[in-house]
Amino acid sequence: MIQVITAFWNDYGTLLIDGTVDTLIMTSISTLLAYVIGLPIGVIFCLTQAQGLHPNKPVNAITGWIVNIGRSIPFIILLVAIIPFTRLIAGTSLGIPGAVVPLVVSAAPFVGRIVEQSITEVDAGLIEAAQSFGASTWRIITRVMLPESLPSLIRGAGITFINLFGYSAMAGTVGAGGLGDIAIRYGYQRYEYDVMLVAVVLCVILVQIIQSITDSLAAHVDHKHR
Amino acid sequence: MIELRNVGKRYGNGPASHEALRNINISIHDGEVFGVLGSSGAGKSTLVRCINLLERPTSGQVLINGVDVTNTHGKELAQLRSHIGMIFQNFSLFQQRTAIENVQFPLEVAHMPRKERVQRAEHLLELVGLQGLEQRYPAQLSGGQQQRVAIARALATDPTIMLCDEATSALDSTSTAQVLDLLQHINRTTGVTMVVITHSLQVARALCDRVAVIDGGSIVEQGPTEALFAHPTSETLRTLLDHEHMRKDYTATPSAKASESTKQSANNLGETR
Repeated sequence: MIQVITAFWNDYGTLLIDGTVDTLIMTSISTLLAYVIGLPIGVIFCLTQAQGLHPNKPVNAITGWIVNIGRSIPFIILLVAIIPFTRLIAGTSLGIPGAVVPLVVSAAPFVGRIVEQSITEVDAGLIEAAQSFGASTWRIITRVMLPESLPSLIRGAGITFINLFGYSAMAGTVGAGGLGDIAIRYGYQRYEYDVMLVAVVLCVILVQIIQSITDSLAAHVDHKHR
Repeated sequence: MIELRNVGKRYGNGPASHEALRNINISIHDGEVFGVLGSSGAGKSTLVRCINLLERPTSGQVLINGVDVTNTHGKELAQLRSHIGMIFQNFSLFQQRTAIENVQFPLEVAHMPRKERVQRAEHLLELVGLQGLEQRYPAQLSGGQQQRVAIARALATDPTIMLCDEATSALDSTSTAQVLDLLQHINRTTGVTMVVITHSLQVARALCDRVAVIDGGSIVEQGPTEALFAHPTSETLRTLLDHEHMRKDYTATPSAKASESTKQSANNLGETR
């Protein structure tokens, strides 16, 4: 048994470790960049709603469209369809940079939507109270909306990360590597089920770890429910 | 001095519009406690929000110390609001901030340096009887304590006007009495003008020098609290007073007699109508 494991480790250890690292790098960078774009979109979407601080129908409608279009395109299609754009931004459509661009394009609208939902959960009475003290919109966003929804925002970031983790499996198509790519190439294409199984188990473990980290982080910063 | 002149508020346009306030005329003197009494949906909240312009009147004028502020915007509005503290029915404390951080919020808005801010907030929490609880989060405080934090927060910028929106409606009777005492004490010691919205005659009686009774978006009568309650001229106030008697009868009599007294009060109600 030990021999089998050692042999397997010698054959595939480096591959699987590299795959794990690639997946985590790809997913982390994509999540971060998706928030750089998605967070402002979510905030703008919230502010411009009819009951928002700065109701603005056209801006709200356009933001809503962008978010919905972005969310309705299947990732594998998006990956291929925006190759020219990917080349423009990343200089290449291959490897990790080639995967990060479509991952971000696909996740940013999703992030916009969940950020909007998190912020909407903030009690309208708190916004009103902040207004009654003369707080500016910027202060209300940065000192009331975002801090008050922080636990929810963290949970949303966890969901985004795990979604992108799943999408990154398809990034193998453009040679970005990662665990998902290993599972497909070795398991689906070469019938090496043991490698596939280990890759899948690694995926499951990683997702579990990420979920518990975001859960405990969200609970840690939440002072409302304790 | 706060003056509302012919203030009206209409939501929406055309046939679907809803008139929340009609022809409101009120003068509130410096240092007095002015009550706005009415049942839910009467327009009390809208009325009081016209004073700090959380609601913009759609007609009429709001004057504060003789200055028309109805169309104030931007920095001027922020400046105006820093002179008007407000407390709310559900306290509206920031849940992710500690008590002392909540009190500091208006001071942050006013760009007070951190050290001064903390000192002032500590002082205010002491004033409302919460020393030692500075680092608690709202969820760790009782309703009465939360409303005290909110009072301290409303007083942070040393306002000349304080708006109280059903400040005790979410509290039990003991906390209600304590909060009313505190508000009265603050009014007497600081001379802050208070506008108190309430549906409770008990609150109006305990706190208010003068009262305006509002019904269906209009003021139906106003005057000094005692005189008004002794000789109500409006049906609205009479009904409110009758309801109060009815409740008193109900709680005062043993259960066997309760149904009878309810019937009687119901008859009284019928007569006044």
